[in-house]
Amino acid sequence: MYTAADLRKGLKITIDNEPYIITHFDFAKPGKGQALYRTKMKNMITGSTLDRTYRSGETFEPANLEDRVMQYLYKEDDHYCFMDNSTFEQIHISEDAMGDAKNYLIDNLQVDVLLFREKAIGVDVPNFVNLRVVQTDPWVKGDTSGSDSKPATVETGYVLRVPPFIEEGELITIDTRTGEYSTRVKG
Amino acid sequence: MSGSWPLARRSQALAQRGAIFTRIRMFFQEKGYLEVETPFRIPAPAPEAQIDAIPSDGWFLQTSPELCMKRLLAAGYPRIFQICRCWRDGERGTRHLSEFTMLEWYRARADYRVLMDETEQLVRTAAGVDTITYRGVEIALATAWERITVRDAFLRYTDTTAEAALSAGTFDELMVDRIEPKLGIGRPTFIYDYPASCSALARLKADDPSVAERFELYLGGLEIANAFSELIDPVEQRTRFEAEAAERARHGKHSYPVPEKFLAALAEMPEAAGIALGLDRLVMVLLDAESIDDVVAFTTEEL
Repeated sequence: MYTAADLRKGLKITIDNEPYIITHFDFAKPGKGQALYRTKMKNMITGSTLDRTYRSGETFEPANLEDRVMQYLYKEDDHYCFMDNSTFEQIHISEDAMGDAKNYLIDNLQVDVLLFREKAIGVDVPNFVNLRVVQTDPWVKGDTSGSDSKPATVETGYVLRVPPFIEEGELITIDTRTGEYSTRVKG
Repeated sequence: MSGSWPLARRSQALAQRGAIFTRIRMFFQEKGYLEVETPFRIPAPAPEAQIDAIPSDGWFLQTSPELCMKRLLAAGYPRIFQICRCWRDGERGTRHLSEFTMLEWYRARADYRVLMDETEQLVRTAAGVDTITYRGVEIALATAWERITVRDAFLRYTDTTAEAALSAGTFDELMVDRIEPKLGIGRPTFIYDYPASCSALARLKADDPSVAERFELYLGGLEIANAFSELIDPVEQRTRFEAEAAERARHGKHSYPVPEKFLAALAEMPEAAGIALGLDRLVMVLLDAESIDDVVAFTTEEL
């Protein structure tokens, strides 16, 4: 059982017997007033969205999802194929259900496939993944501002902002919860 | 796992934050205010129904330096200001940090209207420019600021009244969803004369005791500061603290010891006005930052 204080982006809860994932969360509290928890959430099956504001003290049922460790094999048309390493069973998941996880899929990556009543509805990737930079503009020498950043494309095609010293061919660690650059992998 | 880049990328924001703090301190020096420091760890916070202190070894981390600063006023310090850390349990979001930086200042022989004028001057000084843009919204600081009562804001922006919203328990939701987004757009807004029940330490208006002499400042929909003409009647203050403490008990919250030394000092306190301004938020607006995280050196999660 969750309370309003547990609400955060990425939390999965059950509303009217359907699993929802919280896509936006913010905390509001007008001066001297009560805490309000404002959420936007997405139905994990239908994709429909809800906006709800909760007060402290309200409680939530976790979404009863089963997750199974699987390995990413390949992409075919608009489906992604995964295999259960213990049973060798293979499943396909649609691109829509993949969400941001598709930005981090490299061959043989271990992921948690989420099942709701036996049906695969999405995947959870590790919090940190290492991906190689395949394109980024070179750093202009003499630019030493520490707060600057530049776009870079990694091997999955995902584009993110990185510090200026990152060069093509380097391996970087990305925080998949935020989609942001975390560190350079010392090679 | 996280490297030093998230810290390094804020270097410009922190440099600007430092410059803003310097301008604020100069402003108060020029106006004859004494900078004071009061303890962060206190035995008895003000028992406010909706503000929760973090326990610290039998005492509490302050949610505001208000009680200690009023004791200084009562001891004869006429103009004091403080820039300090405050802690509020469970408050975290894009505009909230559980540990944040507060600017509070208190002025003897003044009321909340005097503080509105002074707050205008302070914010102009801190900004150092006539116009700012926050999240795509222009806010003119140099021309006259908007002043609207809570009652009028409800009439203008909602389909109910402040009184009806209070009794229906929807006051805070309407404030957050309907009213706040309309405040401080184009120019800063002072919203003032709050219902008496929302102002545990503020003086009631002599000609309308249903409201308290309290104002809040908004810039670009963001609440920046909260001020009152201070309540200086120890008997009335004790009664209000008891009501707030009962409200806390109803919600199963921590109980605090009664702040007896503060209540005793109130008898000596001159007429005064005081204000608490969230400095991280002021910096957010002046730097057009999306999140409060962008204007502090460390967030709790980065420790």
